[in-house]
Amino acid sequence: MAIMRVNPTRMELSRLKKRLQVARRGHKLLKDKLDELMKKFLDLVRKNKELRETVEEMLMQVHQNFLIARAVMSSEGLEAALMLPKQSISLEVTTKNIMSVDVPVLDYKTSNHDESSIYPYGFATTSGELDGAISALSKALPYMLELAQTEKSAQLLAQEIEKTRRRVNALEYVMIPQLSETIKYITMKLDENERGNLTRLMKVKDMMIEQARKAAAQG
Amino acid sequence: MYKIGVIGDKDSILGFKAIGMSVFPVTTSNEAEEILDKLAREEYAVIYITEQFAKDIVSTIDKYSDDRFPAIIPIPGNQGSLGIGMMGVKKNVERAVGADILFRDE
Repeated sequence: MAIMRVNPTRMELSRLKKRLQVARRGHKLLKDKLDELMKKFLDLVRKNKELRETVEEMLMQVHQNFLIARAVMSSEGLEAALMLPKQSISLEVTTKNIMSVDVPVLDYKTSNHDESSIYPYGFATTSGELDGAISALSKALPYMLELAQTEKSAQLLAQEIEKTRRRVNALEYVMIPQLSETIKYITMKLDENERGNLTRLMKVKDMMIEQARKAAAQG
Repeated sequence: MYKIGVIGDKDSILGFKAIGMSVFPVTTSNEAEEILDKLAREEYAVIYITEQFAKDIVSTIDKYSDDRFPAIIPIPGNQGSLGIGMMGVKKNVERAVGADILFRDE
């Protein structure tokens, strides 16, 4: 790992030591965050998988019913029957915070609460299969919305996990080794300077003693 | 107040209208792309799109995957499931964990 280009001074040393400390703490925190995110994500994604299986199965059932309805009725009749919906959904979106990721929470209200009044057509000209399809679809609605919520949350968490892991790795394999190497380099350099200084002083002292002795011998 | 949109071929999505969603029948993937972009700018929190169209406009769908809204969810159309939705779940797992740990045993 390359060392940073810094001046080997005490000032720089203490600055780098502080940075190393911060980096270590940040690394620990991010690693904890990553672990917790991963735990939450795995729960969520398992739920997501189950929900998707349920919803896909339910929708296939709906499509089957529709296919039969379409076979029994004329396509104009079917379209006319469904043209003006009685039911309307209003969606309320709030957010929930999972480990600093804002995930959506979907809350829905339907305008008709009565199970039997969701059909937007009279029963005279339509087939029973259509009723079955609509009823199955309205039963699938809560699951579909939950799927949307879970899948989006999983998507957002996956993104956050990716980002956090990149940061953790950058700290662990680049920043922290680089800082420790540089600190080591500065410490060595300072020690070397210290030793150089000491030898110089000893040399000067020897020279001075020599001079003093010469002066005493002459005088 | 947010709305729910459904994009797909007419036969697959007609029923969704009856339960109060806004349906947008399309015939080509270009059309689907345009409508998706339009809905994403409007007040749609959830957009369901049939897999038959979702498979052709993956890049447009991915564009919105990092935003909070809208949630774009592939659903099977009346030709059956193509497994696109499950692929999405799998992709998420791979992105987060680095390996597929959820579907491995299947």
